[in-house]
Amino acid sequence: MSRLRSLAAVVVVALVVVVAAPAPTVAETTLRVVMHSDLKIVDPIWTTAYIVRNHGYMIYDTLFAMDAKGDIKPQMVDKYEVSKDQLTYTITLRDGLLWHDGKPVTTDDCVASIKRWAAKDSMGQKLMTFVKDIQIVTPKTFKIVLNEPTGLVLGALGKPSSNVPFMMPKRVAETDPNTQISDFTGSGPFVFRKDEWKPGDKAVYVKFDKYKPRPEPPSALAGGKVVKVDRVEWKWIPDHQTAMNALIAGEVDYLEAPPHDLLPIAKADANVKLVDVNPLGNQYTFRFNALARPFDNATVRQAVFYTFNQEDFLKAVVGDPAYYKVCKSFFPCGSPLSSPKGMEGLLESNFEKSKALLKEANYDGTPIVLMHSTDLAVLTNLAPVAKSLLEKGGFKVDMISMDWQTLVARRAKKDAPMAGGWHAFLTSWVAADILNPVMMGFMNASCDKAMFGWPCDKEIESLRDQFARETNPAKQKAIAEAVQVRETQYPTHVPLGQWYLPSPVRKNVDGIIQAPVPVFWNVTKK
Amino acid sequence: MAVVAIVVFMLLRLTTGDPAAIIAGDNATSQDVAAIRERLGLDRPLVEQFVIWLGRLLRGDFGESFFFKKQVSELILERVEPTLALATCTIVLTVALAIPLGILAAWRRGTWLDRIVMGFSVLGFSVPVFVIGYLLIYLFAIELAWLPVQGYQRLRDGLGGFVERLILPSVTLAVVFVALIARITRASVLEVLNADYVRTARAKGLSELPVMVRHVLRNAAVPIVTVIGVGIAVLIGGVVVTESVYSIPGLGRLTVDAVLARDYPTVQAVILVFSVVYVLINLLVDLSYTFLDPRIRY
Repeated sequence: MSRLRSLAAVVVVALVVVVAAPAPTVAETTLRVVMHSDLKIVDPIWTTAYIVRNHGYMIYDTLFAMDAKGDIKPQMVDKYEVSKDQLTYTITLRDGLLWHDGKPVTTDDCVASIKRWAAKDSMGQKLMTFVKDIQIVTPKTFKIVLNEPTGLVLGALGKPSSNVPFMMPKRVAETDPNTQISDFTGSGPFVFRKDEWKPGDKAVYVKFDKYKPRPEPPSALAGGKVVKVDRVEWKWIPDHQTAMNALIAGEVDYLEAPPHDLLPIAKADANVKLVDVNPLGNQYTFRFNALARPFDNATVRQAVFYTFNQEDFLKAVVGDPAYYKVCKSFFPCGSPLSSPKGMEGLLESNFEKSKALLKEANYDGTPIVLMHSTDLAVLTNLAPVAKSLLEKGGFKVDMISMDWQTLVARRAKKDAPMAGGWHAFLTSWVAADILNPVMMGFMNASCDKAMFGWPCDKEIESLRDQFARETNPAKQKAIAEAVQVRETQYPTHVPLGQWYLPSPVRKNVDGIIQAPVPVFWNVTKK
Repeated sequence: MAVVAIVVFMLLRLTTGDPAAIIAGDNATSQDVAAIRERLGLDRPLVEQFVIWLGRLLRGDFGESFFFKKQVSELILERVEPTLALATCTIVLTVALAIPLGILAAWRRGTWLDRIVMGFSVLGFSVPVFVIGYLLIYLFAIELAWLPVQGYQRLRDGLGGFVERLILPSVTLAVVFVALIARITRASVLEVLNADYVRTARAKGLSELPVMVRHVLRNAAVPIVTVIGVGIAVLIGGVVVTESVYSIPGLGRLTVDAVLARDYPTVQAVILVFSVVYVLINLLVDLSYTFLDPRIRY
């Protein structure tokens, strides 16, 4: 009996201990990442900078989003209907969408957000030329009424890159588009911790517990945005070598964009893996100033197409063929509109043909003022290669070295090239920004309204308009090919090949989504 | 300060670069850039911009950063702690090592000890600071894993982490400053060692330590203190390479980031702050002369 009593006492004590003991504390999971740039600006509509776009994907949500196949899928949207005449889009929001302050997302908010975005974004502006009215039907349903059919509605609202139509609360979205917002309330999967944001050091995001992900598995920027870490810290480490050292030492978990030179170090470390985050990659581009002699003559610009070849540029900057691809197409290889049409015989360093075209155009030896940016590793070696090839093709070149920000300021100037203006420079585009003729900023040939370089061609503009109106994908592809052919006759820029940059990640980090933008939902850290 | 204010304001406006174009980003049109320029007031005449800035400055308002959506004063205050912590650690380490080494080298002039100290001094000057930084990181952070590679932890978040993260950057910077100050100390001490009053002190039977501390070092102190003062000023404003290698968000990096981004309000404010710091440090150094050498009077 006494044994039974003792046993009972032990059981009771054990139960008390178990019940009274505090629940085991679950350690907070923090993912520490080094992004390609410091987060200085926090309004993804005010600027087109990629780092701000990436910030936008953390804290905001989108009505539609692009999946891994390049298709546009509903994201905040539950369902949408297109009328038979294709003039009315009726869009209904999902249940349970909340802002970070706990208030429900309404169509009032969405319509105000669309209007602010469309005032800034070139594709949004194009879309608005087709929009007759946006009507709020209920707090969860609104209608976009068009004055003529266009294939742009879903493509624009699901645009993956800058400016992305992020949804913001109405009080925020009513901010003048040219004024930076100061309220960072979103409805996305993470909440921005403004109090912990230290420009030049770090930006902090915590999981939004009340976020309601879609039920589908994640696919690029679409599908369920299920957050599997408690906190994400964007650590700004300006020195690439230090960032790589920090990764190897386990102080950070992920580097978004190290220079290619450092990838062998990451490859050699047993605790680090390389993840191909953006399979579509990026495209190098040579941009003309179509206002400045001799590039105001399309034949002279065509000569550049003959004198260049892509491999020389890609080798000089990227080096390892595993990370680049020759792609003779204005639209990224691997994307739906990619095509070799019109590119036959071009970009093969045919110097004789280049010289013949220059002679035909009466090129008088005016030096080409080529801007050379020296402080961005992914661009630095491009201009010297361009100079060498241009000279071989019969051009005279005056290459001027400067930091990227000076180049950014100078390219906005229409002054004569020798008086502070320019003839050409080289840059890189994320493939997601150049998927079609309307999206591709450098294809805009609307003279003064075009981007720096200001090309002016009615035919290109007419084809871009046709593309915007077309809703049939096969016909859209035919139009895109026609634009490409026209681009070889009236070049606005030269595509110089595709390049890829895998991200080094610690091996205890999994679930990274392949997308044109680095996103951190679905990511786990053991 | 007025001259500094005018020169900085004009230099920034006259150099190439457009903050509006930088803010707008790569996909922006000329119209977008123009709209941002107007919003920032950069389309106004230079004189009008200067008067507006000066008016605010006189009210103690540095203005808002073009980029950060924060007051410039707030940005500077955030960066003061890392910079001061790094400067203090470096100077303490430097003084603790350089002055004894300089004295030893002078005291044992021409011996192997002198040659080692001077050899280190030449090395400290010659090797770029980022090379020293990377070597220290490789050895102590990657290979031995004793210390973190990078970062700064605020003092309020824990003393251990604060000290741990300051060791490597302070040692990196101290290598240069120890080299400089040890050399100056040696030269100053050598000058004094041959003075009559030192010989007299020794003749009176004083042992070497009191002779060196009371008679030699005090009389050799003026140039040493001057160099230390300049060193502190440099550490507060100009250690951007070390701050970058160790990812320390200090004033040096703020300045460089602001210059590269053409963030006029921030650049103007930090240059003014640096000017004030330089003036104050020079004033303190000058005042210290009267304490170190009573013959100096102002």
